[in-house]
Amino acid sequence: MNELFAASATAGVVISLIAYWIGMMLKNKFKSGILNPLLIAIILVIVFLLLTGIEYQTYNASAKYLSWLLTPATVSLAIPLYQQLERLKQNIKAILISILIGCLTSMLSIYLFSLVFRFSHELYVSFLPKSITTAIGMSISEEMGGIVSITVASIIITGICGNMIGEAVCKLLKITDPVAMGLAIGTSSHAIGTAKAMELSETAGAMSSLSIAVSGMITVVLMNFFVTLL
Amino acid sequence: MKYLKQFGIILLITFAGEILRFLLPLPIPASIYGLILMFVLLCTKVIRLEDIREAAEFLIAIMPVMFIPAAAGLIDSWSQVRPIVIQMFITMIAVTFIVMAVTGKTAMFIIGRDRRNRS
Repeated sequence: MNELFAASATAGVVISLIAYWIGMMLKNKFKSGILNPLLIAIILVIVFLLLTGIEYQTYNASAKYLSWLLTPATVSLAIPLYQQLERLKQNIKAILISILIGCLTSMLSIYLFSLVFRFSHELYVSFLPKSITTAIGMSISEEMGGIVSITVASIIITGICGNMIGEAVCKLLKITDPVAMGLAIGTSSHAIGTAKAMELSETAGAMSSLSIAVSGMITVVLMNFFVTLL
Repeated sequence: MKYLKQFGIILLITFAGEILRFLLPLPIPASIYGLILMFVLLCTKVIRLEDIREAAEFLIAIMPVMFIPAAAGLIDSWSQVRPIVIQMFITMIAVTFIVMAVTGKTAMFIIGRDRRNRS
């Protein structure tokens, strides 16, 4: 099995797609918010690798082509943004202020939780960029002395969490305006959350993608201050 | 040919983003440079929406599956995560909720106030 995967240029992609497809089927069948197709797919792939003994690197040798698409896909997020240009201009103040406050809240909360759980400085720094997109988060964590693999893990857990709870939280807290929904989801849970915002509405999706870019840059600047706290 | 052209344009802008990443000493990834560049080019009508639309919509639609490989990589960092896994999960879930609530509520407040001021 390991050899077959090592020799194949598509096996990892096929396994990932099948896992996601099963996730979609389960979601459609039971119509439950907890059955998140992405989460199901990730669990299925991990279980599959553990059961077959295929190493992650071997799987990723072909699955990486899926990750490769992430950069052009992120660039494509400029389109929903452009289509919402009028909304963007109209709400520019709300957009910038709420993303800034969201980033501050994120880092301040990480600081408080790190105090409560007595995380080391290294872990604290690794968690600080957890709300931003993987690509920015990884590089800033590395630069500031965090542990990159832990940063990636925390970013992904955050993203899946945001993707799962986004719709419910907005409903619960009466965040009804699609602009506010997008900002809330994108600032808290970056691109994985944005995938959810896209499903909710075009405006929410556009605002969520905007939040990824803006919150990423704000976080990079604020990191310099927050690393000195603990 | 249409799809090839559309995908080609998107890749070209992605590459331009990589060049910026290479030249500028900031911890900003190529994808964000690309996104900003694409947005500017659309706003200035250098690129028209129909030049990239279908290919871009396809990429956005399949975006969730692109996260599966990186997330499955949790297997490899498991030994480092294991001792703190419960505290870590509590922190991640709580902070995600707090940030979502604060950002959304702030936005609702400002949007509501602006709307009242306008009318």
